[in-house]
Amino acid sequence: MGKLLEINNVSKFYGAYKALNDISISIDRGSIYGLLGPNGAGKTTLIRIINQITMPDSGSVILDGEPLRPVHIRDIGYLPEERGLYKTMKVGEQALYLAQLKGLSKNEAKQRLKYWFDRLDIGDWWNKNIQELSKGMAQKIQFVVTVLHSPKLLIFDEPFSGFDPINANLIKDEILQLREEGATIIFSTHRMESVEEMCDHIALIHKSNKILDGKLIDIKRAHKSNTFEIGLATENKDLTSAKLSEKYTLSKASFKSIYDELQFRIQIPENITPNQLIQELTSMGRLTHFVEVIPSANDIFIQNIQNN
Amino acid sequence: MNHLSLIIVREFLTKVRNKSFIVMTFLSPLIFVGIVALVAYLSSVNNSTVRTIYVLDESDIFIGEFNNSTNLKYQLLFDTTLDNAKEKTETDEVYGLLHIPNTTNLDELSKRITFYSPDTPSLTAMNNMTDMLEKKLNALKLQEAGMDPEIIDKLQLKLDINQQTYKGQETSKMGAGLKLIFGGLAGYLLFMFIIIYGNMIMRSVIEEKTSRVIEVIISSVKPRILLLGKILGTTLAGISQFIAWVLLIFILMTVASSLFGIDTTSTMASTQQTLDTNNTEGIQDMYTIIMMEIMNLPILNLIIMFILFFIGGYLLYASMYAMIGAAVDSETDTQQFMMPIVMPLVLGIYVGFFTVIDNPHGSVSQIFSYIPFTSPIVMLMRIPFGVPLWQQLISVAILFATFILVVWVAAKIYRVGILMYGKKPSYKELIKWLKY
Repeated sequence: MGKLLEINNVSKFYGAYKALNDISISIDRGSIYGLLGPNGAGKTTLIRIINQITMPDSGSVILDGEPLRPVHIRDIGYLPEERGLYKTMKVGEQALYLAQLKGLSKNEAKQRLKYWFDRLDIGDWWNKNIQELSKGMAQKIQFVVTVLHSPKLLIFDEPFSGFDPINANLIKDEILQLREEGATIIFSTHRMESVEEMCDHIALIHKSNKILDGKLIDIKRAHKSNTFEIGLATENKDLTSAKLSEKYTLSKASFKSIYDELQFRIQIPENITPNQLIQELTSMGRLTHFVEVIPSANDIFIQNIQNN
Repeated sequence: MNHLSLIIVREFLTKVRNKSFIVMTFLSPLIFVGIVALVAYLSSVNNSTVRTIYVLDESDIFIGEFNNSTNLKYQLLFDTTLDNAKEKTETDEVYGLLHIPNTTNLDELSKRITFYSPDTPSLTAMNNMTDMLEKKLNALKLQEAGMDPEIIDKLQLKLDINQQTYKGQETSKMGAGLKLIFGGLAGYLLFMFIIIYGNMIMRSVIEEKTSRVIEVIISSVKPRILLLGKILGTTLAGISQFIAWVLLIFILMTVASSLFGIDTTSTMASTQQTLDTNNTEGIQDMYTIIMMEIMNLPILNLIIMFILFFIGGYLLYASMYAMIGAAVDSETDTQQFMMPIVMPLVLGIYVGFFTVIDNPHGSVSQIFSYIPFTSPIVMLMRIPFGVPLWQQLISVAILFATFILVVWVAAKIYRVGILMYGKKPSYKELIKWLKY
């Protein structure tokens, strides 16, 4: 395994404005790394630094064991959030041009393009004008151009925007396939369900600072608060809830149920195990629902941003 | 292929394949030749209309003096009164009536000759009549004083001052005009080239921004390389278009003049004649003088300096156009930034055509031929009149030093600007970008 990309203490100023403050991130080879943060947090700046579009004012970026150099442009594929194509060029011509800029020879670019165009079933677009394409079609071309030169590191900034659900799924599967083939992927998005689904690691950037990073599972573990969602059928709901409130912190729960039971969330101290809780609850009524509340990526995002 | 050549080829091909570019390449020479042909045709029509003038000479002095010219025909009226003559002139719808009253006093006569016409007569017709009458009156006046006009005529000397530089080169009045044409052409060509292709570069930068393709490109290519490739590619397209224009105009001119028999040079020649009425030398002489003058021009110096100033001046402005393109989001936002570019260009042309013509080596001309933003135009116009080499070299050096500085600034602003979307920056922000 090992690290493919290491970002060490990177800072970036735009005039007096600090866009990135001492950011350190390391990304495992073959992982899908979610780069999260609210708008204007500094994600794009960080991505641009990795792409050598802008230079950091301090700190270093190590790709595959070497400090980042212009030659590494070949090793990176970047699908920016603000993306487009030359309107007046033909699809094939444009894909060839962009591929050659990434260092492929014309023949090799042609072969690979043919493979990808066939694979995504867009082979007959070669001679179309970009202006004739819909937004989703253009996005497909951009995706192909991004991955065409088989880079070690792929950076996708909001890759699913503009795709219908079917094509979004198609692209998602392609991304997962690329990971299988050994690519490392940085994934920046606001769609938390994709993060949940795809990312192994995440980093959360807020107001130019990294406030959280690590394995998604570890982060979830760290964020769980021993809270359970309970459904309890009792004779007197008010009495039961009053009794429990004396000992624990209760809050509202909202799950769908076929019963007319008492629904609540309960947070238990460290010294009480779930088994003990179940025993206590069953003595008070019939247990209809018992689930540990595991924070979603969305919860973690909101919680961390609001606390900072 | 490396990045730069890839970009140059792409820029060149997209420009050249563009429909409006192709249309303009073929349409402009057609329009140009069409206008020249039209002017030539109209002036030849104008020249061929014959104007008839009735003459009522009551003094009987001038009979036999009226020589018909190609455009003017004189017809003498006899045994009629002024009123009748006027009436006849009006009903016959001729050009006008020249009335010479009956008096023997020449001084009085010279003040009382009148030309009647429906509206203000043309200058050439009036000059023609005045010349003729004046000559006769002067001759009569000399006779009155007891002198033989023929002897006086023989005694008249025609003076033509020879013009020579200290180095012994002969110059002529024609030479000054030629120098003006050469210098003016060079300066104006540069001016047009900057305006047309500078704008093209700017639009191509804006297009990359609005289509959002820029961020993909810039992750593969250094902004400086992209900027350079854009400028060079567009320039190549521009030079191709210019060459095509020159060739097409030449071909069309040849075709037009042989097809319609219109001598397109006749417009020039006729203006030359009216300007230079004393010029009685034959066309052949004129050509030899022109050729001699052209040979006398510092041709080699002119060509080398033209190339240097063209490259320096064009690239200086082209990088500024690219900078503006990078700073804004759409073409409508460019207005506020265009002023500082167009102003010095127009000033250069203005100084060139007004001050340099008047005094090629005056202090105003000199100053503006050192200021890098006007020097390409003004210095190019001055060079045919003879500018010391060291002055030219200083001007070129200043131009290229400024060029490097401006390109550095433009590249910085370009680098930041191409990734800024959605707002129109102020000048203050542009200066801030330099520190990024």
